[in-house]
Amino acid sequence: MAHVTLVGNLRQFADGIGELEVEATNIRQLFAKLSERFPALAPHLEDGMAVAIDGEIYQEALFQTIKDDAVVHILPAIPGG
Amino acid sequence: MQERVIKAPSDVDFKWVGTRQIRPDGVEKVTGRAQYGADFNMPGQLVGLVLRSPHAHAKLLKIDASKALKLEGVKAVVTRDDFVEHDSDLMAAGEMMVSYKDISRNVMARDKVLYEGHAVAAVAATSRAIAKKALKLIDVEYEVLPHVIDEMEAMQPDAPLLHDDMITAGVNPPPSKPSNVSKQMEFVLGDVEKGFADADFVIERTFKTSPVHQGYIEPHACVANVSADGYADLWGTTQGHWVVRAHCARLLGWDISRVRMTSSEIGGGFGGKTVVYLEPLALALSKKSGKPVKMVMSREDIFRASGPTSGATVKVKIGAKKDGTITAGQADLFYQAGAFAGSPVSQGAMAAFAPYDLEHVKVVGVDVVSNRPKVAAYRAPGAPISEYAVESVIDEIARKIEMDPIALRLKNAAKEGTQAAYGPKLGPIGMIETLEATEATEHYKTMLGPNQGRGIASGFWYNIGGQTTVNMSLNEDGTFNLIIGTPDIGGLRASVAMMAAEELGVEYNRVRPTIGDTQQLGYNFLTGGSRACFSSGMAAVEAARQIKEEACRRAAKMWDIPEDAVDYENGWIRPAGDNAGAHEPISINEIGKMAGKTGGAIVGSSKINAQGAAPSLGQHLVDVEVDPDTGKVTVLRYTVIQDAGRAIHPSYVEGQYQGGAAQGIGWALNEEYIYNKDGKLDNASFLDYRIPVASDLPMIDTIIVEVPNPNHPYGVRGVGETAIVPPMGAIANAVADATGLRFTSLPMSPPRVKKAIDEARAAGDPNLKV
Repeated sequence: MAHVTLVGNLRQFADGIGELEVEATNIRQLFAKLSERFPALAPHLEDGMAVAIDGEIYQEALFQTIKDDAVVHILPAIPGG
Repeated sequence: MQERVIKAPSDVDFKWVGTRQIRPDGVEKVTGRAQYGADFNMPGQLVGLVLRSPHAHAKLLKIDASKALKLEGVKAVVTRDDFVEHDSDLMAAGEMMVSYKDISRNVMARDKVLYEGHAVAAVAATSRAIAKKALKLIDVEYEVLPHVIDEMEAMQPDAPLLHDDMITAGVNPPPSKPSNVSKQMEFVLGDVEKGFADADFVIERTFKTSPVHQGYIEPHACVANVSADGYADLWGTTQGHWVVRAHCARLLGWDISRVRMTSSEIGGGFGGKTVVYLEPLALALSKKSGKPVKMVMSREDIFRASGPTSGATVKVKIGAKKDGTITAGQADLFYQAGAFAGSPVSQGAMAAFAPYDLEHVKVVGVDVVSNRPKVAAYRAPGAPISEYAVESVIDEIARKIEMDPIALRLKNAAKEGTQAAYGPKLGPIGMIETLEATEATEHYKTMLGPNQGRGIASGFWYNIGGQTTVNMSLNEDGTFNLIIGTPDIGGLRASVAMMAAEELGVEYNRVRPTIGDTQQLGYNFLTGGSRACFSSGMAAVEAARQIKEEACRRAAKMWDIPEDAVDYENGWIRPAGDNAGAHEPISINEIGKMAGKTGGAIVGSSKINAQGAAPSLGQHLVDVEVDPDTGKVTVLRYTVIQDAGRAIHPSYVEGQYQGGAAQGIGWALNEEYIYNKDGKLDNASFLDYRIPVASDLPMIDTIIVEVPNPNHPYGVRGVGETAIVPPMGAIANAVADATGLRFTSLPMSPPRVKKAIDEARAAGDPNLKV
């Protein structure tokens, strides 16, 4: 199980839950499971979010592996300047 | 300039990485032959000009171009009717989700004009004089509306409303009425109330920053040519031609494949050339007229109609113990987005306290629209504003407890394993290393004179990777062509070619890098986020490895031995291992010469979505002198100390450091947008909008600290943005050191500084030192 934290405002769309456990082996599965559980969260996961897995930030990387017991944060994507 | 690099221990002696090679685009540039955006011309091209709103806020009742179209030499006029209406808000554009409804309305006003300079029509004519005359013949009927410029005034309940449908996102429950606040967000770590309760003292300040322009010297410019069969060529200056291509195709309702874009040399972007202004207009005019159309933005139009970064109001509250331990940090950020939603406030919020290892943090960010040009990215979008405010309060804490400001920062420094307020734990970062390098400088130990002060500030930027494609081919003579897809703003071609040469073990000058157009490569995200050297370097290394592997396969075939019995080393393929047999080594030159007979061209093609970018931390150390009679602040000495991961080409890294400092000096001391009571910009020229010139600046010393990024084959972090984060805080802290007064508004221009000194003197302020 991944230990998932919804950073910033995202918890508003997840019934106020900011931290939860999710069974997922990659980011695509993680997003799918979160969207299924919290439909209001789904559009935000498609809207420029980044995922930090054990401290490493991934952007637009749906097939990035999530190891069992990984610490995952979902946060706003970082733009270019 | 100090050419000083503090290198990380390495097991590898690099031949090219870390050296200072001649840039492949250098001769063209110094001889004036390089083609920038405005240098390209086509036979029979028309001149395109834009009619812009004279009002800050007005309904657009009527646009009648019939008189203009009757003028001889006028070939086309485009208005809102020539652009596809986009109802849906967010769509994918490469790696970005963007609102095409807003982009469409920004490049050409639809129902309202939302800022002075907002485009309402564009003309293509056979000469500039005719185009200018035609603009005057376009009849536009406005209904002028009340306007609002300041972000705090825009949030008032009775403020003029820019968008009737703007309901603040991020507020639960959602507001029932529209407002000028597009979005609110919150980042929380720990419990700030507990942190403040644990503090011995709390300092709370409110800061105000002006929007500032990137100040690229080269204007926006392009040439569009739409052929009779509907295929389009676009040539122009941009930080990301795949992004421009996507934007233009969407805005015009065309297939992306119909547009081919070639990026010119670029005379500065700094984030300001990541968006579209002229390009869709030029394409629409070319399609309508059947002729190539060239458009170049005037400097006045750049100020009135292109995006600066946000101005902002920032409230900061920090609690600390008497020993310097910071117990809690809180900030409320109110960022101007310009006329359409989308300031960099979320990045500013996440970065605000990022240089520090804090247990309790709360940052609220608010995105506010007002009647100004839509903001655009500017180096480290959002971070300089919030970190300026935090670094000012950090300095006040050090002064209050009479602690050395570097020691205070070291005591609270973020390090590997620190839980960042924006979520993840940090990997290896160079906050401590850069602070220690700063402390060790001769600069930090020199004595100051009367009316002089010294300041230091830290800066953080995340850095990013992203979609990147490169192609590399081995030529018949053993040289290499390398096609990169990220425009070269600061020495990218040289740096990527050096990494490729290092990987291949060949001479640097045997690798010829160029920037490819959108027809030559797969998708490339733009040059921004300090990603180009990181991502294109990573892709080039992968392409070079593919070539090495293929070269080994060809040699194995020629020797009739297994592929795994062949090794590649420094441009030579050698038999290796027990099953190899005895063969004379073959050079990569010979492999190139024989390629046609051994299976065809040898090409490495890398298409990656680069991940693993790592933050860069930096410190800026600055000495100033304040003239108490005029209020003028003179920068006497400046040193930039920053973690580069590994500096591939130290000269270009130093250039990024110096450029960030120079731009930051302007941001801190002079640059601001001055609007009059009608909402019109009063200083839309470089004469009145004062960016630093050479005589305003000291030689900026640099120290490159190397804490390699473990996720990159050569340790690259990305360096372009962190350097713009600390200058405003460092200079504000130096001015406070010199005057004894804390300035909480930018810019610290002579009139403001003089006024503050005069008022302090009149009030008998005991803190006043000048």
